Amino acid sequence: MRPFAYARAQTADQAIASIAQWPDAAFLAGGTNIVDLIKLDIARPATLIDIGGLPLAAIDVAPDGSIRIGALARMSDTADHTAVRTGAPAVAMALNLSASAQLRNMASIGGNVLQRTRCAYFRDIDQPCNKRRAGSGCSAIGGDDRKMAIFGANERCIATNPSDFSVAILTTDATIHLRGPAGDRTTPFLGFHRLPDDPTLDTNIGRGELLTAVSFTPTALTRNSTYVKVRDRASYEFALVAVAAALDVRDGTIHDARVALGGVAHAPWRARVAEAALIGKPATRSTFAAAADAELRNAEPQRLNRFKIALAKNAMIRALNTIGGAA
Amino acid sequence: MPTLALTVGLEAPQLSAAAAAAVSVTVLRARGPNVVDVTLEVNGRPAKMQIEPRVTLLDALRERLALTGTKKGCDQGQCGACTVLVDGRRVNACLTLAIATEGKKITTVEGLAQGDQLHPVQAAFIEYDAFQCGYCTPGQICSAVGLIAEGRTRSDAEIREYMSGNICRCGAYTNIVAAVKAAAGHA
Repeated sequence: MRPFAYARAQTADQAIASIAQWPDAAFLAGGTNIVDLIKLDIARPATLIDIGGLPLAAIDVAPDGSIRIGALARMSDTADHTAVRTGAPAVAMALNLSASAQLRNMASIGGNVLQRTRCAYFRDIDQPCNKRRAGSGCSAIGGDDRKMAIFGANERCIATNPSDFSVAILTTDATIHLRGPAGDRTTPFLGFHRLPDDPTLDTNIGRGELLTAVSFTPTALTRNSTYVKVRDRASYEFALVAVAAALDVRDGTIHDARVALGGVAHAPWRARVAEAALIGKPATRSTFAAAADAELRNAEPQRLNRFKIALAKNAMIRALNTIGGAA
Repeated sequence: MPTLALTVGLEAPQLSAAAAAAVSVTVLRARGPNVVDVTLEVNGRPAKMQIEPRVTLLDALRERLALTGTKKGCDQGQCGACTVLVDGRRVNACLTLAIATEGKKITTVEGLAQGDQLHPVQAAFIEYDAFQCGYCTPGQICSAVGLIAEGRTRSDAEIREYMSGNICRCGAYTNIVAAVKAAAGHA
């Protein structure tokens, strides 16, 4: 583990001003990702700016019902928050199905959104990886690609995004709040994560920006949602495939739908083809199966992960069945 | 130790006029990377040490304070052997920087008993034979203390799910669940 300096920020502006002055610095929140990456010699910050004490841990519900999750809210606190559980059940479920209780007590929502891929080749500095070092190549292509992407990959990177939260929050029209040297800005959650056109970039966060909150407004759609996660062991494991789904069913007809997939792409994957195949149709198993078929028809599996297509279809059907008659 | 701050002007061409006007920015003063004075509160007592900022809480406990009850298993947040309580919440000490826990209350397995009186979770682990080699046991016990405080002991399935961050390679899980259930008062 390389040495680094440490500074504890008292205010967000102090943290932002400091990282602007220190190009080799990184923010430290829960530490579950950055400390791991430093140990692996993947992240090499000269200074860690500890933002853990900033007043960004609150989960606030506004009079209009919108929910603002502070970036430093712990995964565990967010999962247990009544407004989150009722306003977006898929989000609470996804958080509780993530990592372990210890890690959920440490890890922040902001860090969860910004975490790096768990691709085994990214995590092994002896292997070429375009995400770690641009142009060095992708060891996953032609290697053990069982856990890799089936959507949106390219010849430079086939890694997947590991966040469950980022998949589930796509059942809402969530907004990301950022603060940087030029002030505050917001950006839609959808589109914040990138496909690997430039594999070194996971998201559209700007240099020196601090993610301060994620907000969303519960609706009839988001209140009727669920999260299905399929993995190699029953708990404490990343998704092979995950499905977040929300349905607004009125008189047996799907009025609105949201479906997102995890474990399948470099970004949380909004299943727009499936959504289009659901809206306006009767909320039946055959509709759900047709929607799943339509979405997965566009999948481009690697050598060893063709199984993810059937897995994703079945997980999507299960998720939609769970919520299909509830509204 | 309070963080010292100094005020400097920040010249950044991308600043908007409004932001620039508001900026009288305090840049932090960093500590390290060489050894710095750090004071932790471990098991109710202050513990002063000189460590580099990169030292994890796990290494500080074991190598500086000789509190070797907390175990190093994977050292990357995947096994739970290093579980301790920080401000009453269970965390992985291997992914926690010691310096970042200044001002917080750390409880290790050594801090659970009251003198010779074992903590109820410790007593239950003995009564229910909830270990074999014992290496994961301090982490299991600290995790169970956190779990019971969280109220996640309403069923065997819930205990199993919320204890999944503690791997036991001897496979003592059945008895661990029994011990946790007993300690939680649901026996």
